[in-house]
Amino acid sequence: MKKKVLICEAPFDLQLEHNELRAAALNVGAITTFVGTVRDINQDDKVRGLHLEHYPGMTEKELDKILSEAESRWRLIAATVIHRVGDLSPGEEIVFVGIASEHRGDAFKGCEFVMDYLKTRATFWKKETTIDGERWLETRDSDVEAAKSWEDTSGNLTKG
Amino acid sequence: MKANLVFFASIREQLGCDGLVVELPETCKVSDLVLQLSEEHGDLWRVTLTAENLKIAVNQELVSGDPLLAADDEIAFFPPVTGG
Repeated sequence: MKKKVLICEAPFDLQLEHNELRAAALNVGAITTFVGTVRDINQDDKVRGLHLEHYPGMTEKELDKILSEAESRWRLIAATVIHRVGDLSPGEEIVFVGIASEHRGDAFKGCEFVMDYLKTRATFWKKETTIDGERWLETRDSDVEAAKSWEDTSGNLTKG
Repeated sequence: MKANLVFFASIREQLGCDGLVVELPETCKVSDLVLQLSEEHGDLWRVTLTAENLKIAVNQELVSGDPLLAADDEIAFFPPVTGG
């Protein structure tokens, strides 16, 4: 599987990333992409901006591990994860996950799995600025549950 | 032996420190390190570094339990992650 992991401050180019996934091999028949964006409301408060911090070195390793785990579960041809850090405003894109596979089932599942694991394992932290000041975000229970759900089942529905 | 400590996000802010180099005894577990830091830096460090949801990584691998440390290890302390 072709893997791409990128952590950067600059915005990413969706068309470019899509084209790269499509060009990975001629047997690509399905591409799924997920884009996470900054919301302007969180916990009923107006959000002015977000600051994203990460652990350089460990973050890349964790993301690489997550992609390898996805590869071991489904038939994937290429996978891309891009995560932005630094200061972001509402409406901006934060995270991109793209998966290319022969058939849609693997691409859908792989994409959801990578996002669920990224949320609970990749070493990023968000601090948001609201009218009341700054606050570090806390892990949501629903994110923990989503990641756990992959451990309860084999997830291995189409491989082997 | 020496070890490198790094702190991230809310932990860094609470301690007012993004990292430091510490001198440790040859046989030292993570819990010994935390105890030493608490003795050297006081209650704020003790409370922060024994918080229930604190995450610890050694050489950029998340650890569970209380592993032994080695010379030049990089030990990171951080809160649960919130990316995506």
